[in-house]
Order: sequence, then structure tokens, then C-alpha cells
Amino acid sequence: MENLTYWQALNRALDAEMAADDTVIVLGEDVGLFGGTYRVTEGLYARYGAQRVRDTPISEGSFTGLGVGAAMAGLRPVVEIMTVNFALLALDAIINMAAKIPFMSGGQYAMPLTIRMPGGTAHQLAAQHSQRLEHTLMNVAGLRIVVPATPQDAYWQLRQAIRADDCVIVLEHELLNFEQGPVDELADAPPPHRAIVRRSGHDLTIVSYSRMANQALIAAEQLAGMGIDAEVIDLRSLSPIDWQTCVDSVNRTGFLLIAEEDCRFAGAGAEIAASLTERCFHALQAPPLRVAALDLPNPYNKTLEQQIIPQPEDIAVAAQALVRGQRIPQEDRA
Amino acid sequence: MERELPIQFLRDMLRARRLEERLAQEYTQGNIGGFLHLYPGEEAVAVGVLHAAEPGDYIVSTYREHIHALIAGVSMRAIVAELFGKRTGCSGGMGGSMHLFDAEHRFMGGYAIVGETYPVAIGAAYAVMLRGLPEAVICFFGDGAVNQGTFHESLNMAALWQLPVLFVCENNHYQIGTEIHRHSAVTEVYKRAGGYGIPAEKVDGMDVEATYRQTRAALEQVRAGQGPRLLEFETYRYRGHSMADPGTYRSAAEVSMYTAQDPIAAEMRSLSLHYPDPETLHALGLESCETLCRRYLDHGHLDTQGLEALEAEIQQEIEDAVQYAQAAADPTLEDAWHALQPNWPHQALV
Repeated sequence: MENLTYWQALNRALDAEMAADDTVIVLGEDVGLFGGTYRVTEGLYARYGAQRVRDTPISEGSFTGLGVGAAMAGLRPVVEIMTVNFALLALDAIINMAAKIPFMSGGQYAMPLTIRMPGGTAHQLAAQHSQRLEHTLMNVAGLRIVVPATPQDAYWQLRQAIRADDCVIVLEHELLNFEQGPVDELADAPPPHRAIVRRSGHDLTIVSYSRMANQALIAAEQLAGMGIDAEVIDLRSLSPIDWQTCVDSVNRTGFLLIAEEDCRFAGAGAEIAASLTERCFHALQAPPLRVAALDLPNPYNKTLEQQIIPQPEDIAVAAQALVRGQRIPQEDRA
Repeated sequence: MERELPIQFLRDMLRARRLEERLAQEYTQGNIGGFLHLYPGEEAVAVGVLHAAEPGDYIVSTYREHIHALIAGVSMRAIVAELFGKRTGCSGGMGGSMHLFDAEHRFMGGYAIVGETYPVAIGAAYAVMLRGLPEAVICFFGDGAVNQGTFHESLNMAALWQLPVLFVCENNHYQIGTEIHRHSAVTEVYKRAGGYGIPAEKVDGMDVEATYRQTRAALEQVRAGQGPRLLEFETYRYRGHSMADPGTYRSAAEVSMYTAQDPIAAEMRSLSLHYPDPETLHALGLESCETLCRRYLDHGHLDTQGLEALEAEIQQEIEDAVQYAQAAADPTLEDAWHALQPNWPHQALV
């Protein structure tokens, strides 16, 4: 067990899989000589050479598609898309090709392709560099999506993604890259899509994922000071979602709060709210509540940027109102 | 060129032509749904190119791919069953006309989004390069697909990393209904490869011997690790873009001009024109007089009753394939889940 940053954990995972399996290759912009924009591929070029750690041109559509073809021909490519935002240029390869070829071929072709993409709201990167794309990808049958929030999960879930025979999207968060946490490289990993209860509580269930799960934990501590004992579930995965862990919790607490960084409208939280309402309707003492980003592109302005995405205080205020039966004015501007 | 090849060419071109004619009928009778893009007129490309390929080569194709699959060795039964949406189709009934796949024959799919074949092809080529095998990847695309960004991105990467790909442009002059001089600033596709340092040539796509010969030469270089090559085949489709397209944007004179150069008619003519006399066979380097005489007789027979027999044999194959497809079962919902998640039942994901 040692303390690693999130990027170091991802780096160790890549290194371990590349050492174990010659068919694992890494490709993307600046992943080789430069070591990756977020240092995730640091040292791999020197260890595994230019053919297995391939610096690509700025051609997202085609190098992601190259990953698809290479996966069909027996490699296990790990495509790094520098940020989620650039994945929009590769959606044809991801949605039309990677997600559908196993199906369209009647199951003949596996798709052992991993696509890593850091994203989320960082520090004033403005509208075109601050997006979350989970809503788009979750709606695509044929993709698996993991959203690690800790270095340990980053390590485990990237290794599992590379070993999977399906296309797995690893949605990283740019602000998590330099966060530290304990990583045990020898411990047995839980299944890649199992949710985890990060904090036990009996007054309400907060369901979250990625960086927002960490924010929910901060909110839970604030709530504890107010006498509210919140349970925090980190989903770890957005497709498939481990409903059972959520159902067990909501059936006990009777209150469901969902915290997400993505825009509220048609976001991940909408699916979580709908599915858990279907499953737990009679146990719920109030309608589920979502704390999400406003339905706006990210403003460049620092204050505004902080205002549009949920802060721990927002989560705590919403939780308090939910369990006390108060109404929260929704910020619907449409 | 070996003597058997022209006969094989003729046989496969007739299989291609007769199959597509039958599929058009099956489409109008409602046995085939969705879009149906047919190949008549372009047979000399598929037949020449794929006869020049080796069994270990990978093939990536477009939505006009029935004949590519057929010549690559996919059974006619599996192709027709797929077009009928049946469980025993080559894609389990999940893909249909535009998405034929057959992993056994390294037929890596038909793709319905224009410009998708290039990245898949360079990906397969990347795998071949890493393994250092003498295999090649054949990437089909039409003239309308060269203005997609993936064309330029993929040609660049293929040349940059010297990937073993043969880019095969089937230039039928039309991007659905838009003629090439109205969709491309440079209408000679092969010239574009020069921008990436990829050796390229233009070939008469109506002449199966030319398509075979040029492809064979290009594939030898590709397999020898000399990097990608591009061949542009000038060809023509007699029908509209798909069964939904009457093709009224082309004049009758234009269509008949190309029909006069019909590759099948040309192949039949060339067989009879080059009817092998003893001197020709001798010049071909055949060793014994006896062999020469036997082949002479064989080829002589084919030229007359032989051809009728060939047509009958093809008709039989098509009849069998259609009957097989009609009798085949539909896939179940369980099959669909399995196609989407072939590995999931064996894994604990949650």
C-alpha cells in the first residue's frame, strides 16, 4: 500500500497491463515522448517503444477508429483522448463503430478497446474545454463506462477495462489527477461496475460519482454537524449501474439525493432518479432530488463557473431540505 | 497469367451479377428490407482485387459490399440469409445488407457511414505491422468518400507509420447522385495520395485482368513492408445508388456507353478472342504437349456448352442460397442480447 496521485495510479495500471500483455498498445496525442498531457503515460515510451506507445496526429476520429480496427484484429488498444471535449470528434468511431460492431457482426467481433478521457469542470477552461459527456455515452448500448473517483479505483478500473473484451470508456476527472490516495496494487479488485458505500448513514442516501462523490463526502461531514447522518454511494460506473447497492440503501433511508456535475436536463441523474423511483417508490418518503449543474455551457468567469456546478454546501442544503420536507426552488430557466 | 484465372474471373463475375439481379427481385418482393446497394457494373474491381488477395488478408468494406464478401469467400447462403435478416446470416441477422461481417474470412465488415473504412483498415494494419506478418489489409471506398476527414487523417497515419494497407477506390463517378466533378476539386482520386507520399495508380476498373494484375503488384509491395499503396479503379454502376434511387440524374446515353464496356461481356469476348491455340499455350510456359491439349479441350468446351453449364451451376447456387435463407429461422431477442454482450454472461460486472 502506498500513497499515489490519481495520474500515478493510472500510469501504474497501464504499465502493469503493458508488461503483462504484448498486445496492449497506447495511442493518443502526446502520449509518447511527452508522457501525456496529464503525465498518465510517463515513462511508457522509454519502456515499451514507439510502436506500442504511439504519438498520433491530431486526428481523433481516425486514431480512435484505428483503435477499433486494431481491437478487431487482436490487439488491446488503450486510446487516450486528451480531453472529453475532443471525444466529440471521435463519436463516430465510439458510437457508430466501437459500440455497434460486436452487435452488428452478430457477436463475432469482441471490442477489447479502452478509451480514456479526462473531463469535467476544471479551472476556467471555458465552454469548449469543460464538458461532461456521460449523458451522451450512457445512452449508447454497447459501451461500458467507468468513472473512478479515487486513485485506488483508477488503478483497478483501468486494469479491468484493458482486460475487458468490450469497449470500456474510462471517464477521468481533470481535477482528480493530482489528488492523492492509498493504492494497494496487490489487493483483489471488486467487480469493475460495482458501486461502493463510501460513508454509511441512516437519514438519507446521496448517490454520486466521479469527483462529485468526493464533494458529497464533504457535504456529509457538514450534514453530520447538523445532526443529519447521510449515506454516500459512489457509483464507480455509469454503465452498467449497480442498482442493488442503491436500492438497499434507499429502502433503508427513505430519501434519495443525487449529486452530479453534469447539466441536470437529461443527465445521468435523470436516469438514476427514474430507475430508483421505479425500484423504491414505496420506500421513498419524498420525491428524489437532484443537485446538478445549471443547464448552461461553462462560463469562463471564475465566480460564475463555481456557481453553475454544485458545491458541497449546495449538496448539504439540498439534503437538509429533503429530509425536513422543505421545498427547494429548482433552477430551471428553460 | 495462369490459364485458369480467366475462367475463375468469369465464373465469379457471373456469380456476382446474377446474385445481385436476384437480390433486386427479392427486395421488390419484400424479402429484403432497409437499404440495398447493388454492384452490377463494378464486378471487375471486386473480382480482380480479391482474387489477388491472400486468405490471410483483411478486408474492410462499405455498404455496397455483398460482392466483396462473396468473392472474399463468405458463403452465398450466409450472405443471402443476412440480407433476409435471418439467424444464420453472416452477422446473425443483426447487421443486414450494409453490415456483413465474417471473422473467419477476415471480412471486417460493411460500414454504413461514409469514410469509416479507412480508420478500421489502418487499425487492422497496425496489428499486422506489430506482429510482423506478411499480411495486408484491403480497404474499399468510393469516390464520394474521399472528402471525409478520415480519408486524409488515415492516409497520413498509414504513410507515416508505413502500414500494410491497400486503399482501393471504386470510382463509379457518383456520390449518390452528385457527379464527381461537382463533389471534388481534384477528380483523379489517385493524385491525392501523392500528398501523403503514397504511391498510387489509376486502373481500368472494367477490365478484370487489369484489376487483378495491378492489385497483385501493389499487394506484393504492401506485404513486403513497403508501406501503403492506393489504386483508383475507374468503374461504373449500372443501377442507382440504392434500390430507393432510380438514378434519373444520369443520361441514358451515359449508362449505355458504360454498358457497352460491360466487364462481363468484355471478359467473354476476351476468352473467345484469346481462345488458346497451341502456340499461345506454349508461350505460357506449359510443360508438356499432352497438358496443352487437355487444357485446350477443357477451355474449348467451356466456350460453348461449358458456359451454359456455368450459368446453370450459378443459378443453382443462387436458388439454393435463397431457399436456405427463406427457410432459416429468425433471430430471437436472446440472440440480440447475446450479440450486444457476447462476454457479459461470463463476467461479474457489478
